[in-house]
Amino acid sequence: MPPTSAIILLTSLYWGALFGGAITSILFNIPGEPWSVATTFDGYPMARNGQGGQALTAAFTSSFVGALFSIILITFFAPLLAEIALKFGPPEFFAIQLLTFSSFVGLGGGNPLKSLVSILLGFVLAAVGLDIVTGQLRMTFGFVDLMKGFDFIVAVIGLFGIGEILLSVEEGLSFRSVPTGMNLRVVLDTWKILPRYARTFVRGSFIGFWMGFKPGGATPASFMSYAFAKRFSKHPERFGKGELEGVVAPETAAHAAGVAAILPMITLGIPGSPTAAVMLGGLIIWGLQPGPLLFKEKPDFVWGLIASMYTGNIIGVLMVLAFVPFFAAILRIPFAILTPLIVVVCAIGSFAVHNSMIDIWYMLIFGVLGYVFKKLDYPLAPLVLALVLGDLAENALRQSLIMSQGSLAIFVSRPIAGVITAVAIFFFVLPIVTPWWRRLRGTSPRGA
Amino acid sequence: MRLADLITASLLALLGGVVVFDAVRLGIGWGTDGPQSGFFPFWLGVLMIAACAGIFIQSARRAPTVPFVTREQFRPVLKVLWPAVALVVLTQWIGLYVAAALYTGFYMRWIGRHTWLAVLAVAILFPLATFFVFEKWFLVPMPKGPLEAWLGQSVRRRRRHHARNHHRCPTRARGR
Repeated sequence: MPPTSAIILLTSLYWGALFGGAITSILFNIPGEPWSVATTFDGYPMARNGQGGQALTAAFTSSFVGALFSIILITFFAPLLAEIALKFGPPEFFAIQLLTFSSFVGLGGGNPLKSLVSILLGFVLAAVGLDIVTGQLRMTFGFVDLMKGFDFIVAVIGLFGIGEILLSVEEGLSFRSVPTGMNLRVVLDTWKILPRYARTFVRGSFIGFWMGFKPGGATPASFMSYAFAKRFSKHPERFGKGELEGVVAPETAAHAAGVAAILPMITLGIPGSPTAAVMLGGLIIWGLQPGPLLFKEKPDFVWGLIASMYTGNIIGVLMVLAFVPFFAAILRIPFAILTPLIVVVCAIGSFAVHNSMIDIWYMLIFGVLGYVFKKLDYPLAPLVLALVLGDLAENALRQSLIMSQGSLAIFVSRPIAGVITAVAIFFFVLPIVTPWWRRLRGTSPRGA
Repeated sequence: MRLADLITASLLALLGGVVVFDAVRLGIGWGTDGPQSGFFPFWLGVLMIAACAGIFIQSARRAPTVPFVTREQFRPVLKVLWPAVALVVLTQWIGLYVAAALYTGFYMRWIGRHTWLAVLAVAILFPLATFFVFEKWFLVPMPKGPLEAWLGQSVRRRRRHHARNHHRCPTRARGR
């Protein structure tokens, strides 16, 4: 298989995953991907009200609109960004990583300290195992099993899959079977309503693209789009109870961001999402060094990939829409059958990563951790992202320090890195500054 | 919630301590050619302890409100958790497919009180379907136990028997 076909195969799987992330969020309240979390807020209540078909149609259509928007922007701006990216060195990469994680702390809502702990825990888990720079074993304490480290796929399955099941049974939300319409009319009927949300589509696409083209943007993008939709809605009180707009907003942004995440991957060599990280691995297997030079050295590869984004997404949306009645029918399976099936599939997924039994145990442990963290409002998305980006961030930091002979000033003395670091520091101190600022202006703090 | 918050923050701070301890062992300073192995983890650990201390103080100041989980809430959680743990333990001994069959069947009968016919149908067909999808289609081997070993042996024996009685067919021998 030529490399272009191989990467098209990988990206097409990625589009499928982006579309598919919404399915389990809406049907079972289990987000298949971190950026599908916001889709559960209104998608799952809709499914429980018997509107699963509508929610799925809206999610898929919004995903497609968001994707198309991002692809068009990529088509025109990818070479430009690649030009800028040529000026990027390790300090800039580390500054971008810093910005990504600072946005979770500063803009994520919730307790900033808990977001910080989640990020740190992710980085710590990523550091377990062999240190590829010095060849030393870190934090293995003599256990052979720890040498492999922790894989983010196992963490995602445990934290979101198993953790979510535990949480939803606790809340008494047994996956009740809901009768739903079983024909394609649902799709057409929903399409008639969707143009009403034109503004939400545009806003979601912009937020998605803007957040997505820096690493790790899809999850905050979907949350931000949801929050904006709620704030600008005439009926904010309907959100969370099964409002169609509450599905449109996060899905548009998530898919726009998901597509935009390809951009840093091919131009900078930084995956914008866990899935993009896997594709990056695919590129490297093919001997292609992702980064700014890819546009110069392999233009046929890059433009072939971008052209395939159009076709891949069109085929993707048609396929998932055709299967809406089938997915909706899954809701008829009773809880006592569905739960064991989900758990077994989770176990298979964890085992398949490294063919190792210990990963199934990790899945269970992460499941319990996810349950506890969710209950105590520790955000899970930054943990997973830190686990994915941990090695990259650490290498960027080390290389920068080697460049500067150990001086941290390198992150502020270079112009691009300096600006990004400044924004990142601003986001980090935002939670500390905001209360003072409010007091200064004499306004009472509002719960956002 | 308050107590759970305090315990979690303490445990995470303890983890931070472990990280710092290991980082110091590896060296946290400047090596011959750059930062040593423990440099990055050391600062992660230090920040973690500091952030956990912050959470601890925040939570300690708050009055205890709702409990982390009530007994009534926790019972259904355990009903999902223990069978899942049993599934993993069984997988280690008897392989994933048999464990999945037992687990699915048990759960359907115990929680769902489905008829034995439905229980048997799902518990047998689902592992079979996964076997064909993963083992045959995706070529991902799952953990197997004595049953699969026995089945595999009998299949192999029959094949060998078949090969002995007929002419040896090299292509087929290579295929398996």
